[in-house]
Amino acid sequence: MKSDIILAGVGGQGILSIAAVIGAAALENDYHLKQAETHGMSQRGGAVQSHVRISDKQISSDLIPKGKADLILSVEPMESLRYLPFLSEEGYIVTNSTPFKNIPNYPEDEKIIEEIENKKNFVLIDADKLAKEVGNSRASNMVMLGAASPFIDIEYSKLEDGIRAIFAKKGDKVVDLNLKALRAGRDFAKVNK
Amino acid sequence: MQRKLLLGVEAIGEGAVDGGISGVYAYPGTPSTEITEHIQSNKLAIERNIHREWSANEKTAMEAALGMSYAGKRTLVCMKHVGLNVAADAFVNAGITGINGGMVITVADDPSMHSSQNEQDSRFYGKFAMIPILEPSNQQEAYDMTRFGFELSEKTGVPVMMRITTRLAHSRAGVVAAPPVEENELKLPSDPLQFVLLPAIARKRYSMLLDNQSVQLDLSEKSDYNKYVDGEDKSLGIIACGIAYNYLMENYPNGCPFPHIKISQYPAPASAIQKLEEECDEILVLEEGAPLLEELLGDYFGKGIRVNGRLSGSLPRAGELSPDIVAKSLGMPNIEGEAIPELMANRPPALCQGCGHQDMYVALNEALEVYGKGRVFSDIGCYTLGALPPYSSINTCVDMGASITMAKGASDAGLVPSVSVIGDSTFTHSGITGLLDAVNEKSSITVIISDNESVSMTGGQDSSAVGKIEDICKGVGVDPAHIHVLYPHKKNHQQMVDVIKEELAHDGVSVIIPRRECIQRAARIRRAARKN
Ligand SMILES: Cc1ncc(C[n+]2csc(CCOP(=O)(O)OP(=O)(O)O)c2C)c(N)n1
Repeated sequence: MKSDIILAGVGGQGILSIAAVIGAAALENDYHLKQAETHGMSQRGGAVQSHVRISDKQISSDLIPKGKADLILSVEPMESLRYLPFLSEEGYIVTNSTPFKNIPNYPEDEKIIEEIENKKNFVLIDADKLAKEVGNSRASNMVMLGAASPFIDIEYSKLEDGIRAIFAKKGDKVVDLNLKALRAGRDFAKVNK
Repeated sequence: MQRKLLLGVEAIGEGAVDGGISGVYAYPGTPSTEITEHIQSNKLAIERNIHREWSANEKTAMEAALGMSYAGKRTLVCMKHVGLNVAADAFVNAGITGINGGMVITVADDPSMHSSQNEQDSRFYGKFAMIPILEPSNQQEAYDMTRFGFELSEKTGVPVMMRITTRLAHSRAGVVAAPPVEENELKLPSDPLQFVLLPAIARKRYSMLLDNQSVQLDLSEKSDYNKYVDGEDKSLGIIACGIAYNYLMENYPNGCPFPHIKISQYPAPASAIQKLEEECDEILVLEEGAPLLEELLGDYFGKGIRVNGRLSGSLPRAGELSPDIVAKSLGMPNIEGEAIPELMANRPPALCQGCGHQDMYVALNEALEVYGKGRVFSDIGCYTLGALPPYSSINTCVDMGASITMAKGASDAGLVPSVSVIGDSTFTHSGITGLLDAVNEKSSITVIISDNESVSMTGGQDSSAVGKIEDICKGVGVDPAHIHVLYPHKKNHQQMVDVIKEELAHDGVSVIIPRRECIQRAARIRRAARKN
């Protein structure tokens, strides 16, 4: 068992909440995990990424080698393309379709969507909309994780346990909302992959 | 066994608390900041009420820690690599005084300069001070070796450097902790003159440090953190330091066919290296940072021992390593992966919308229009982003505090008015003494202390400057008539421009303090208040 995942987004979008749930799920399973994060300068509105590696064997490198990632999970469409050199030939791109525009030269939306749709394996999802539908737009990151879950080598129930562990402090309502968001993303991906 | 998911830096903080420290001393700096933050929220650290406040800068941190060690207690010092430049005087001399309670100095290097002005390799400093250096390769080692570091320090009688780099600092993995040990008892040094570096005593201490080298080497040779692993193919021998070892192993999941040495403790284990040289045709040195060992082992006179690495061109001379870069140096096929599409745009870091530094720069630009560009000396912090459009306001960023002193030097040279833009935390870190120089010489400079009441660039730690800046400036001797506090906001734009213009025209030292709390910090405090 091995899943090499690149999480992508923009500083402030909270991709580390996704990493935290995957991390908790991996620990539950007694898997090995390494998760390299971006802190510091680029958190100020820059591009941020996290390399998440899960395996039933010892993991050496904190960084995923080029061409070896099984999944790019991006909470922003343009950012899903930034790490393409890391994606394996059979790898999946799962990305939110809602752009985050904090620069004047952001490319045209259609061109980005076109690039993504040219890829072999992808799921393009309006996570913000789905999150609103389940009750809170702030749960869009869990929608994204749900949409990526079919491509991560961890049992779905363990991801749910991960959400319970990470959000427990915030109360049952928040946990339920995020579980629903996870489910909504997963259901979407199953039909649209 | 319960595993906790910890960042490398958190593992060091946890290891230090469990290793019985009575205090951590630090100034924030990426990628070292979270060591201290982890200790600040650690249950045992709170229970024991160990020292865990931020220091004003790295030098005060290092010296306070040395004082704690003098008193017999264990102590941890943390900083980013350039912080060690600031603390270097205390650091190097602590090697000569030696320690009483165990002292571990964690220095976090930032190869590739993700958040730094340079990528200096702190192992050179460790070697320079002639103290042991630890370089863990993973999070578990970061925990274990921190604890071990205190024992090593007490065994050798000198401080121990723990050198990490960004990638280990900010990567998480499961860590198994061991039961904590008690803190040391308060105990004076047995030699009352140990810490008195008068020449006669210093010479004695220095010769002890020189003798200590063989002890350090012996411990390194026997250390479990260094290992020689044999391999069948003797055409190459590999030395992998710190996390470079991970990249080597990543490329040989079923075992490396070449003899190799993993190095995580220095001085470098000489006999293992000797053996490698005897057994193998060539040597490849994998170092995360500068080519310290490669240079040491290199064939200066070209007599035939081939040592490859960053100097020889087998690896890039600058920047952090990666599994791909190491694969290439091993002659493996280069995997490029799919190209990044051309339409991609970069996202340079930017000041937050609504940040007071923005209003300050807009006003400063307008006030300076008549004088033209090229006279704003700045410093390190969020406000350094004022170098980028749309502001393009500043002309320098060198080292903490340099804005005031460089403005002074330029003004001495005749560039009048010269302006300094410095943050509140940077001012108390290293700006005060420079201001004193300017006051003593009545230099014609305008100092803008852009005060967001927070150490924001590194995540919003408490600033030592809060509530003190005007008094400090007055105390240093700035004429109170030329000290102004402003509220940087669009609605005050004209007032700010007028005040800055007036002070630019003043022949002498002026201090302008635009003060508005960092909006990120304000939001964090509001969120925390809502929770409680
Ligand atoms: C010697 C040294 N120590 C630490 C740092 C890391 N560092 C960079 S900016 C900064 C914060 C400066 O705070 P402040 O001056 O208040 O400016 P702000 O970021 O709040 O605008 C720190 C700690 C550094 N670059 N150099």
